[in-house]
Amino acid sequence: MATKRIVIDPVTRIEGHLRVEAVVEGNKITDAISSGTIFRGLEIILQNRDPRDAWAFAQRICGVCTHVHALASIRAVEDALQITIPKNANLIRNIMSATQDIQDHAVHFYHLHGFDWIDVVSALKADPAQTSAIAMSISKWPLSSTSYFTEIQNKIKKLVESGQLGIFANAYWGHPAYKLPPEVNLLGVAHYLEALNWQKEIVKIHAVFGGKNPHPNYTVGGVPSAINLHSHGVINMERLNLVKSKIDEAKTFIEQVLIPDILAIAGFYKNELWGGGIRNYMSYGDYPQTSINEPDSFLVPRGVVLDGDLTRVYEVDLKDPEQIQEFVDHSWFRYDNPDAGLHPWDGKTEPQYDGPKPPYQYLDENKGYSWSKSPRWQGKPMEVGPLARFVVAYAKGDEEIRHLVDSALQKLDLPLEALFSTLGRTLARALETQHRVNLLEKFYKDLISNIKAGDTATFNNEKWNPETWPAEAQGVGFCEAPRGSLGHWVKIKDGKIANYQAVVPTTWNASPRDAKKQLGAYEASIIDTPLANPEQPLEVLRTIHSFDPCIACACHLLDPQGHELNVVKAY
Amino acid sequence: MPESYYQWAMKKGITRREFLKFCTAMAAMLGLEASMVPKIVHALETNPRVPVIYLNLQECTCCSESLLRAGHPLAADLILNMISLDYMEVLQAAAGEQAEEAKLKTMKEFHNKYLLVVEGSVSLAEDGVYCTIGGRTTADVLQEAAEGALAVIAYGTCATDGCVQGAYPNPTKAVGIHEVVKNKPVIKVPGCPPIAEVITGTIVHYLTFGVLPELTPQGRPKAFYQHTIHDNCNRRAFFDKGLFVESFDDPGAREGWCLFKIGCKGPSTYNACAITGWNEGTSYPIKSGHPCLGCSEDKFFDKGSFYSPMDKVLPEPSVEDINRINKNKVIIGVAAGAAAGAVGGGVATAAFLANRKDKKLYIDPEDFYKIKNQDQNQSE
Repeated sequence: MATKRIVIDPVTRIEGHLRVEAVVEGNKITDAISSGTIFRGLEIILQNRDPRDAWAFAQRICGVCTHVHALASIRAVEDALQITIPKNANLIRNIMSATQDIQDHAVHFYHLHGFDWIDVVSALKADPAQTSAIAMSISKWPLSSTSYFTEIQNKIKKLVESGQLGIFANAYWGHPAYKLPPEVNLLGVAHYLEALNWQKEIVKIHAVFGGKNPHPNYTVGGVPSAINLHSHGVINMERLNLVKSKIDEAKTFIEQVLIPDILAIAGFYKNELWGGGIRNYMSYGDYPQTSINEPDSFLVPRGVVLDGDLTRVYEVDLKDPEQIQEFVDHSWFRYDNPDAGLHPWDGKTEPQYDGPKPPYQYLDENKGYSWSKSPRWQGKPMEVGPLARFVVAYAKGDEEIRHLVDSALQKLDLPLEALFSTLGRTLARALETQHRVNLLEKFYKDLISNIKAGDTATFNNEKWNPETWPAEAQGVGFCEAPRGSLGHWVKIKDGKIANYQAVVPTTWNASPRDAKKQLGAYEASIIDTPLANPEQPLEVLRTIHSFDPCIACACHLLDPQGHELNVVKAY
Repeated sequence: MPESYYQWAMKKGITRREFLKFCTAMAAMLGLEASMVPKIVHALETNPRVPVIYLNLQECTCCSESLLRAGHPLAADLILNMISLDYMEVLQAAAGEQAEEAKLKTMKEFHNKYLLVVEGSVSLAEDGVYCTIGGRTTADVLQEAAEGALAVIAYGTCATDGCVQGAYPNPTKAVGIHEVVKNKPVIKVPGCPPIAEVITGTIVHYLTFGVLPELTPQGRPKAFYQHTIHDNCNRRAFFDKGLFVESFDDPGAREGWCLFKIGCKGPSTYNACAITGWNEGTSYPIKSGHPCLGCSEDKFFDKGSFYSPMDKVLPEPSVEDINRINKNKVIIGVAAGAAAGAVGGGVATAAFLANRKDKKLYIDPEDFYKIKNQDQNQSE
């Protein structure tokens, strides 16, 4: 059978710049490479900086998951300097993490991933009365009248008739891989718009505690905001009420809009269970009830599951030099020993580009082809993210996760095995918003109880002064970011950063192959994905988007002779 | 003919009264006189939607995210009803070739009529290999899109100055887009990221009046970047009284005192945070207890620790100090009020402020701290 190579460059509706090239036989993908095409050198820039400043630099790794790099950074410095934080600071950080997860997942589901499942143009053919009937049958959300959906439909119609389609222009509308009836598509478009207006509300929780979103502020040793119920200009009852009202709004939106939507949409796609990929899942764990140093107190558990085998969960140790290592065989970086893996504490970031000179057509998978390194756990590639967290928690017997998964699968009439797929990844992410909104309520309640008990401390000053630090120290900070396990490793010498390495979720998922030719999670999942029409690789977009990439990406499908079938690119 | 914002609003069921209210609010936000309201009304009634091409170069996407936080106008209304957002990787449905086609179509059909908004820096090292999009360098992609743009907006500190990737030692040689776009002016809307309503305000100003807003000497819209955060800070009274936070969560912090001593860069940062606020006015960094990082100013990552005060010890400026600064400046007005504030605990700072007020020209606070530093170095 003739083989071809196609290009999507970049895949839109993601963060950053990523490129994937894949080989196609007929309608089946037989090989794929994933390439991060952006390098900014933050780890180099962080050298010799004041460790207390590091979070502000590291935070700018990503403005979408704007909370998590700052959090991992301050946790790394606190670990190195053995700083413990007050109870309120832990609770406020947890509230900020859950806020981030919910907002990021909702934006991903509707605004980044939605058009892979929802056909906007098809919504023009919908009968708004039927959409209204469907909406009322799945939820008590009040925006569900016929006239409301007629208004939404008219809005799209006007946009189309204006000839200026803006963000809806030129997409794969009408593609055979779209399975929703027009009425459900209309429902999806309406909620796309509602979610866009709502997401700016929940992040006001970040603004209360961190001053702004994106890029709220943090501090090593606690949180910057002081609590004083008897003053203004600090965290008082008015500020807490604002937080509480946003939590309540979020709970309503998640339970009445997002969860009913995912279950309705998944019902139409439930026979398409490809895209499972490598089936190794890892979670560092997060949401400590007591301290980040006590994994047993985590409400999102830690562990590794291999080959989709839920009967065994392996332990993860971020400080063990043998467990997590990064390889650069196929990356544009230089190691002294190119085949060796380095633990992040000893990691190096020395760029060495040996790719083609731009503008270029193709990358060469036999050489370096990415600005992403290849992280491995015990030498194995891992998938991280909501699905990985769910698999680990499920395998560990977490009751709440088991309930969420089992009841969703029961409604969809799908077996547990169905989770290991593109659809499963998207389902897990949506269900995780329910888990997190429950956590938000819990942590808010805990915060109020703690204040009521007389504890208003938010910061530990003991080791703020660098004169109190040892001459040398090293630490690791981690969290479960929306896209998966995130770790920052820091070495401090004479009060300055001596080495800094961040291994981010998308590095795990988008990693290029390693010396043993083991593919990264994206690459393996794309190979699993069939194409109805290689000229319009909607299914590849769907699978790539199911990981919620944090780098703009590009897929090339090339033929082995280098003949380009179709370059799908956007500059 | 594409419909105007007004036509859209009428069809949406917005009343004439609500529409006029929106126009008045818009005028107030842009810092305009009430007499300008009819012009806004007219523009929103008649103009078709202006095409916008939005590029994401070497960045972290915080600026795109900030745009989505806009409350007035709502991001959805701006994107779908007020402009035609023909290319924006983060949001557009199309991918690959189809997305490129949409951009090329706009560049051709609306030559010299589309707005170009750029998020991210240009990487110049190693012939641009550190950031490629579709196999092309950021400089290449930017130059192509800038050529036919009626105006170019550098949105965020990456685009205005290289931001974090441009910090020392700037391994990828990240620069602001004005280093590449040479043939036309670049409007700078800095911040990491900028406030949502600052970018929507800048765009809507153009949609409304058909001209770009007035700019400061640094090329930033005056409506948002004319004053320092310090000028309008909610903790300012504590600065004037000499009441300072010495450490996070200390007794002063619990009373909301001034953050100058723990590193606040508000006095040298020109931005709208203290007036417009973040997330529809919910807060801004200083209000939430963290010193301002100075993120709208060039090289803000390379100005020492975020927690080091702008001077080692809080300066005690005298009228003489202020006069020394002013000697080298063109001054309009009289320093009559300079001595007026010289009473009580905030003696020097009050004098400093009074002086600034009367001069009608800005005295860069950095100049002030500079001379204090010189004095200190001489005495050591």
